[in-house]
Amino acid sequence: MKFRAKMIDLGCLNHFTRVVNTIAKLTKSCVLRLTPDNLYFVLSGKVANGGVSMWCELLQVNFFDEYQMEGLSPEANEICLEVAPENISRALKTAQNAKAVKVKLTKKHCPCLTLSAELPSLSSISRVVTHDIPVEVIPRRLWHEFKEPTVPDFDVSIYLPPLKTMKNVVDRMKNLSNILVLEANLGGEMNLKIETDLVSVTTHFKDLGNPPWGDSASQSRSQSWDPEAMAHARVDVRKLQQFLIGQQINPSKAMCNIVHNRIVHLILLQEDMSLQYFIPAVA
Amino acid sequence: MDCVATGGNVKVLAKAVHSLSRIGEDLYLEPLDDGLTLRTVNSSRSAFACFLLSPLFFQKFHVSHGRGFRCKMPIKSVQAVFRSLSSLERTVEKCHIELNSEKSRLTFTLHCKHGLLKTHNLSFQDCESLQAVFDKERCANVLQAQPRLLVDTVLHFPPSLEEVKASVTADRLLLKNHVENDADQAKAMRTELCLSSEEFLHFSVSAPTSITFCLKELRVSDGVLVFAESTDLPVSMHFDEPGSPVVLSVTDSVLEANFVLATLSEDSHCNHDNGHKKRPRTPPPADDFMCDDMDSYLIAMETSEMAGPSSRTEPRSSSEREQEEEQRPHSKKFCSFFFGSVLPTSSQTANQTLQNQDVLASDSEDEQ
Repeated sequence: MKFRAKMIDLGCLNHFTRVVNTIAKLTKSCVLRLTPDNLYFVLSGKVANGGVSMWCELLQVNFFDEYQMEGLSPEANEICLEVAPENISRALKTAQNAKAVKVKLTKKHCPCLTLSAELPSLSSISRVVTHDIPVEVIPRRLWHEFKEPTVPDFDVSIYLPPLKTMKNVVDRMKNLSNILVLEANLGGEMNLKIETDLVSVTTHFKDLGNPPWGDSASQSRSQSWDPEAMAHARVDVRKLQQFLIGQQINPSKAMCNIVHNRIVHLILLQEDMSLQYFIPAVA
Repeated sequence: MDCVATGGNVKVLAKAVHSLSRIGEDLYLEPLDDGLTLRTVNSSRSAFACFLLSPLFFQKFHVSHGRGFRCKMPIKSVQAVFRSLSSLERTVEKCHIELNSEKSRLTFTLHCKHGLLKTHNLSFQDCESLQAVFDKERCANVLQAQPRLLVDTVLHFPPSLEEVKASVTADRLLLKNHVENDADQAKAMRTELCLSSEEFLHFSVSAPTSITFCLKELRVSDGVLVFAESTDLPVSMHFDEPGSPVVLSVTDSVLEANFVLATLSEDSHCNHDNGHKKRPRTPPPADDFMCDDMDSYLIAMETSEMAGPSSRTEPRSSSEREQEEEQRPHSKKFCSFFFGSVLPTSSQTANQTLQNQDVLASDSEDEQ
């Protein structure tokens, strides 16, 4: 297994840093999957992380000036690493105004993702800072856990209101209850609700629009769904808040799919990256 | 004692007090013929700081002869005198420090604009002189840099990191995390930063060495760099072999500040080196980065399908660790400073190091 990549463009570096920061806010540990064309940050839904899962896909050509990898074998040309995104985020933070950043897989005291940045200095010789981020190489027999999740057969799909607005609402609601009800219909309406014995609060969003999903297979349920009816899911408010607080990417599209009483599927889209986040509904 | 500081020097005095407050709890104040000394030491005695403000620093500097006066007081109460640095600069015209021996109070009087007078009467305790044993002149290695360089450097290390290891060779300074050999540290991120000698104002290394010291005292928010950066004076770093202190100093025509940090002592340091690293010296990261030959640092890591890497690497590293445990009977040990009252036994070094201090040091009281 070999991996080496280099970033020179400051814009790409900043963009990559924002993506990693976002991931770092969502999870302490995740899997970094490297393929010849893409990088993926994956969190598979396990009880230990409260059933949430995450899938973040980056097109390598849009971030790296050089990118070379050799996977496990020619027919399984991938590398799967377990890594703490916080470490990558911290390493990138110190590389903010770097002239170049290199990332490579190395064998040091343990397998490491080594990130070295060439920094401007006071002399003609660049300052070089190197961070060895310990990783665990995931054996092939476990790879199946980190495959791309299928878009659930949702009842309602809707564009999200501005995330900042949503964050402000959720922040306030969090003080009132641990459970938030997210509901939406096919008429472009979405509600965020808190229901406790003492108080009920609802924030209504209108005219959000429903993304066209075309003829994809996942449409079967929403075609039979009454356009006026609300599909709703009760979710852990902290999970939703985490998603809204941490996100530093400015998505061109943000949407949400709801499977009635089952799951909330949040998607942030940009030309060169996508982030999907799944929050299971609680009873 | 009776002294008066004016204008910008009040701010310098205030900054000195603030930077001392990052290190210790008590301020030791002692007027000498060659100036006013302000000193402190941290509770674990691994960091000591001293400011010497020369008589020229003050508009008026008068020390009564006879019984040498020295005292200590909680640094918080002195900090309260100089609470806001920004307003200090705008409002305070002069600061008068006077010993009121009748009432046993040290009086700080701030003369502000519009005739406003702020008087702080601080109670104090008598104490012995506090002085750490160090000798800059005899250090084999001296580096001098703009404070900005060191401030930028410490930024690269995570805030949770306690100790940093600095290695010098003839042409560069290499800083990296000091790694302990326990399990959770094996999982920790390691950072290395290499500074070429050209970035320093002065770089003289006659004995290449590696020293390990606490990063906390060096941090931006702490002690020396704050002071150096705010006064924009170059910082000198004097050090010798592991175990002997590293001295960071800032010198001006009217003041001298020394921050003395303990370093990890030799034995644990050596073992650490031998046990942990197979190579005697780390390859230059600078060259490593410049080198674009891909194969030279692509490493092969096979993962067989049966055994995951976790099962492969773990037994090895744990046995390695055990081995190291054996080699290293005790974990890290900072040499704490030798303070004077215990010194007479090791008189030789003491005499050499402290030519102009009549009292060597005294930190026998238990004031922590």
